[in-house]
Amino acid sequence: MNIQVKQAEVDQLLNTSVLTTTAEKYIGWGRKHSLWPLPFGTACCGIEFMSVVGPKYDLARFGAEAVRFSPRQSDLLIVAGTITEKMGPVLKLIYDQMLEPKWVLSMGACASSGGFYRAYHVMQGADKIIPVDVYVPGCPPTPEAVIDGILRIQEIIQQGRKRAPTPLK
Amino acid sequence: MSIQERYNNLSEDLNQKFSGTLKTSFSIRNDFVCEIEKENILKILEHLKAHHGFEFMMDLCAVDYLGRQKRFDVVYHLYAPSTKLRVRIKAQVGEHETIESAHKIWKAANWFEREAYDLFGVVFKNHPNLRKILTHSEFIGHPLRKDYDANHQQRATCVEPAWYEADENYKYDPDKNLVPINIGPSHPATHGTLRIMAELDGETIERANVEIGYLHRCFEKMAETHFYQQIIPYTDRLNYCSAPMNNVGFCKTVEKLLGVEVPPKAQAMRILLNELSRVIDHLVCIGTNAVDLGALTTFWYCFEQRERVYVLFEKLCGARLTVALTRIGGMTYDNPPGWEKECLETVLKIKKFVEELDSLLTENKIFINRMQNVGTISAQDAISYGFTGPCLRASGVNLDLRKAEPYYFYDQLDFDVPIGTSGDSYDRYLVRMEEMRQSLKICEQVLKNMPAGDYTIRDKSIVLPDKKDVWGNIEGLMNHFMLIIKGIRPPAGEIYDCTEAANGELGFYLVSDGGPRPYRLKVRPPCFAIYQAFPKMIEGEYIADAVATLGTLNVVAGELDR
Repeated sequence: MNIQVKQAEVDQLLNTSVLTTTAEKYIGWGRKHSLWPLPFGTACCGIEFMSVVGPKYDLARFGAEAVRFSPRQSDLLIVAGTITEKMGPVLKLIYDQMLEPKWVLSMGACASSGGFYRAYHVMQGADKIIPVDVYVPGCPPTPEAVIDGILRIQEIIQQGRKRAPTPLK
Repeated sequence: MSIQERYNNLSEDLNQKFSGTLKTSFSIRNDFVCEIEKENILKILEHLKAHHGFEFMMDLCAVDYLGRQKRFDVVYHLYAPSTKLRVRIKAQVGEHETIESAHKIWKAANWFEREAYDLFGVVFKNHPNLRKILTHSEFIGHPLRKDYDANHQQRATCVEPAWYEADENYKYDPDKNLVPINIGPSHPATHGTLRIMAELDGETIERANVEIGYLHRCFEKMAETHFYQQIIPYTDRLNYCSAPMNNVGFCKTVEKLLGVEVPPKAQAMRILLNELSRVIDHLVCIGTNAVDLGALTTFWYCFEQRERVYVLFEKLCGARLTVALTRIGGMTYDNPPGWEKECLETVLKIKKFVEELDSLLTENKIFINRMQNVGTISAQDAISYGFTGPCLRASGVNLDLRKAEPYYFYDQLDFDVPIGTSGDSYDRYLVRMEEMRQSLKICEQVLKNMPAGDYTIRDKSIVLPDKKDVWGNIEGLMNHFMLIIKGIRPPAGEIYDCTEAANGELGFYLVSDGGPRPYRLKVRPPCFAIYQAFPKMIEGEYIADAVATLGTLNVVAGELDR
């Protein structure tokens, strides 16, 4: 009799204060709410990214406001703006310097595909040299679209999905 | 003496002095042009500077006439602030010939000549270091030549090595006890893609150099491959902090070539957009400058105000940053109902905010200590480097195109042009603050006296018909079709036109062959001339001051590299 009562108490305790999960999910949950973005802002999208972290749209609500300009301290590379051929090696270097795990968000048409610059000095998309997880369309994308992109990155992190295919040579 | 008489006198004097080797003429829309043999180029430039007050070399560029015996034109644009005359000098140069460098007459010539060398392969004799400036060092060929395919990319394999003037193949020398330092192109203090290389003795900069071209997006080549109306979105992305100003500058140039004048309402709207853009441009400049000095709060404050203006832009056209608000011949749309009232409310709010910003920074002890007597440039140097806009005025030169060569209604508006005294960073900050107040004053005046009437001209060969006509009747559909397929066709000829943008004189040199695309479109970006002086401004100063100075120059990479 006594034992049964204790069992009910234990059940209640388990239901109200204990959560069972896997280690991967738990770590993913922690990671997705503490992204440290590196804004690789080269052009117009960089200005729009300032709006994303700015007072009106406030990226801090999604736990990604601790912007770091050092690749060693960040885990989300936001490629915001046109990547020219001259900038290509610099972007590659910065990506390589970031520690795993790391994710890449390509913000805007230029970073995703070269945009409307089908031109001799513009790389036709950052994914020519580094892998990209999420593409955000727009020229520049609205802050809402960028926040949506970050939410998708969070989904990827939470689900522990594998990275997009390796870059083209 | 009227302007025309002054031009005639100048023409007479030049013909007398250089008889036989020179041909003066007035091009379409009355630009004064002077064609000269390349052997005499330095003589005429020196003469114009010494005897006719042409203190500014505004622009230097090349034009490729493929198939002509002497393939290139090297084109100089000079400006005399005292007489308000503008001269275009042209000299023909063959593919394997050289032309004398003008860097000893104007310091501005240095980078402009490097650009012409990089993009066209025109060789300038006696240039101090004629090397590539915009394209990467592994780039083969000269992309703005007519026989270079616009879509032919070349991959760079390595980051550009550091170099200095008169030390092309720089190598670190441990015996010299100098610390090499590299800032950028991805660095928070460079606001984009600028790169600074310096050698430090302790904290003092011994020598410095800058590398640009990290955002060279080939604007000029894109302009040559697109219709006139398709170029407007590209101009947005020149100085993206104040996109409508570039729209206005470009459309005004094409309208001048077409010989049309936009209706009063469009003019008033353009003034309004220009001044709003000037305010938000200066807000970014001051905000980011304050961040570099450690005041992050100011930045958030400034961006809150920018958002207010974005809301206005969004209501006009649906876009926030890159707006493409103007069309050749007027504006895109009429203002939505109630917009003007809302705009006035916003202007008053920002006006209040400017005073708040003023109380945060202007008498802040730390701010003053970091800004005063830092990055000083004298009026003489500033003119020689081709400074325009707030940076020039901070050095004490009273030159504002809105006053000097008023366009639209600027001559009827009541505003002042703030002038600095010492040319240091603090003065540049003060000039920008006052310019914001004056711009808001202009906005108020325009909003209270907004002219009625149409927002665009109704020339069928220039402006698209209303959508209801396109869908509703065959004539509208046909006009729409013709304009989209055949494009706007301005008369053949070449013109230079300029407006006072947020950073200074934004000029467009447009060569038309009568077709729907420009034969050549050269932008005269204010930043290009300003940034060229930067290494000289920071040499001998502390490394931390270099960051403060860079912030006040407000170099926007999109405009710098195009």
